[in-house]
Amino acid sequence: MQELLDKYFRKDKLPHIWCPGCGHGIVLGAVVRAIDKVNLDPDKTTVVSGIGCSSRAPGYMKFDTLHTTHGRALAFATGVKHAKPELNVLVLTGDGDAAAIGGNHLIHAARRNIDITAVLFNNNIYGMTGGQYSPLTPTGKVATTAPYGNIDQAFDICNLAIAAGATYVARGTVYNVTQLIGLISKGIQNKGFSLIEVITQCPTVYGRRNKMGTTIDMMKWQKENTVNVKAAKKMSKEQLKGKILVGELYSDTRPEYTEQYTKIVERLQKEGQ
Amino acid sequence: MSKNKPILMQGNEACARGALAAGCRFFAGYPITPSSEIAEVLSEELPKIGGRFIQMEDEIASIAAVIGASLTGCKSMTATSGPGLSLKAENIGYASIAEVPCVIVDVQRVGPSTGGPTAPSQGDVMQARWGTHGDHPIIALAPNSVKETFEVTIKAFNLSEQFRVPVILLLDEVIGHMRERVVLPDIDSIQIIDRKKATVPPEEYLPYKPDKDGVPEMASYGDGYRFHVTGLTHDETGFPNTGSENTDYLIRRLHEKIEKNLDKIIMVDEYFMDDAEIALFAYGSPSRSSLSAVRKAREEGIKVGLIRPVTIWPFPAEVVRKAARKVKKIIVPEMNLGQLIGEVEKHVKSDAEVIGLNRVDGELITPQEVMEKIKEVL
Ligand SMILES: Cc1ncc(C[n+]2csc(CCOP(=O)(O)OP(=O)(O)O)c2C)c(N)n1
Ligand code: SF4
Repeated sequence: MQELLDKYFRKDKLPHIWCPGCGHGIVLGAVVRAIDKVNLDPDKTTVVSGIGCSSRAPGYMKFDTLHTTHGRALAFATGVKHAKPELNVLVLTGDGDAAAIGGNHLIHAARRNIDITAVLFNNNIYGMTGGQYSPLTPTGKVATTAPYGNIDQAFDICNLAIAAGATYVARGTVYNVTQLIGLISKGIQNKGFSLIEVITQCPTVYGRRNKMGTTIDMMKWQKENTVNVKAAKKMSKEQLKGKILVGELYSDTRPEYTEQYTKIVERLQKEGQ
Repeated sequence: MSKNKPILMQGNEACARGALAAGCRFFAGYPITPSSEIAEVLSEELPKIGGRFIQMEDEIASIAAVIGASLTGCKSMTATSGPGLSLKAENIGYASIAEVPCVIVDVQRVGPSTGGPTAPSQGDVMQARWGTHGDHPIIALAPNSVKETFEVTIKAFNLSEQFRVPVILLLDEVIGHMRERVVLPDIDSIQIIDRKKATVPPEEYLPYKPDKDGVPEMASYGDGYRFHVTGLTHDETGFPNTGSENTDYLIRRLHEKIEKNLDKIIMVDEYFMDDAEIALFAYGSPSRSSLSAVRKAREEGIKVGLIRPVTIWPFPAEVVRKAARKVKKIIVPEMNLGQLIGEVEKHVKSDAEVIGLNRVDGELITPQEVMEKIKEVL
């Protein structure tokens, strides 16, 4: 642990701003362990985020870090990656950041299959602004802007990313960190666009209002309401009702955007000689 | 004299060629008339010289990608028209507070909203100044010919790099789409300014510690500096610091780096101003009609001159103040209902009478109209 802290964290920026019990720190820990596991060169790694509690994570990470505007992390990251393709680019984003205001950028980053790994901290709520509902707030849950219960339908962001063209899509929880580290590592290793949705808890403005108990209760909820995709194959529709699938949901290979562009550059430069 | 041959060139193409000459190696944009030719030319030319082009999903994403690219050390640009500039507004503020050099071209068209996509206007003058939120510095330049568009695009990059500030290049549909015979300057005669790179080792690097000129040195992503960039108010380390003292210091420094360098930023041409009793104050396309009207009026013995700013933001206040003490009247022709005239009035105070000449029908202001106005106020 000490070694990880020294190598990858801006220790002078700690302690972090997150509430006690917030899952965001666990996600950050998993991201760093995954980076360590796949041995990325810290000098060649840029971490980009939008705005939200989750998007504050890069500030603690000893890499080139870019804390951008709400929803736009993937668009900024696209510029970084396209301009300097040798960089490893990660995006850390929230459910509001990536699925509401930044939804269009998510679709198009996936469609291009640009080599960026996005980790979506899904706490089902807008944490930073005090608990308004997000596109990933389940129907019926209470939020400051849904005092009578949310009537919106949440969408499955992983399915969306798969449909849009992402080549690695997975979902994990902060309850199962070992699995999460594995999923993020594979996402980073995928040469193309990867999305890892992480189910995490916001006890402060979501759990409490929805009477979900303590942080421990919320993490237990994650355990009890998720099913690994492999196990799900052997389960009936009834058994799977209301369950959230976790694990590697999709993996494929398709041409990567910046590589395709570099091929054009190389061809033109050869012809120009 | 340039060794180059005269060629027929469109304004938008001149802008794209100017960008390339300035060292632009990254363009992200979203198509919109009357700016699309800039993207088209760059999509063809950039990969030939190892640059990168990308058509993004919208204008917000385009400016975001441009800022991201610029942070890797790459000179970057986007181009749009008024509706797209509105979408870019939030991230222009980001570039301003994070001090990321970038050039934003706005080929202005008439109207609010979709308006008249193929008709010229100067309706975005105030949007260029105040489009983004909060107190922020900005530089905006308005060339008036195809050749000058080439030169001023280079200037836009130079200023952006030198002062780490977003620079808006305001063209209009006429300048953008007009074809003129131009002789481009020799590449080796062009002054190119690059941002100051970080000179200290990473352990000592403070990404927002200003030099004497108020501008901090800029490391590039991937060079081992591992620095943080945020849109939050931050201190010299680059990390958030929203304390009131620091906030005040930062916002004022951002302005001061521009205000203390006005001599390097403000470009104004003056014609026949020595003995002028009436001055025209015109920029962009109307400055051409104004100059021909001034020449005509002079033939008739009318003592009229022209102040023609290329830099409209920061506003060339000193030039206007000086003129106001000499002339009785200042006419401000604009293809809007009076935007920059407000600035002129602000600085002229009661020293001279300020009169507008305005068109918003998507047509050019003609030399005849300017002439009539001169005679009317005589
Ligand atoms: C353009 C813009 N709109 C709104 C906001 C306000 N805002 C800040 S964070 C946020 C929501 C963040 O929610 P999420 O992405 O889910 O992250 P969390 O805080 O829950 O980690 C909003 C709406 C903003 N900063 N910028
Ligand atoms: S408000 Fe919620 S998401 Fe934000 S830090 Fe607190 S617990 Fe975490």
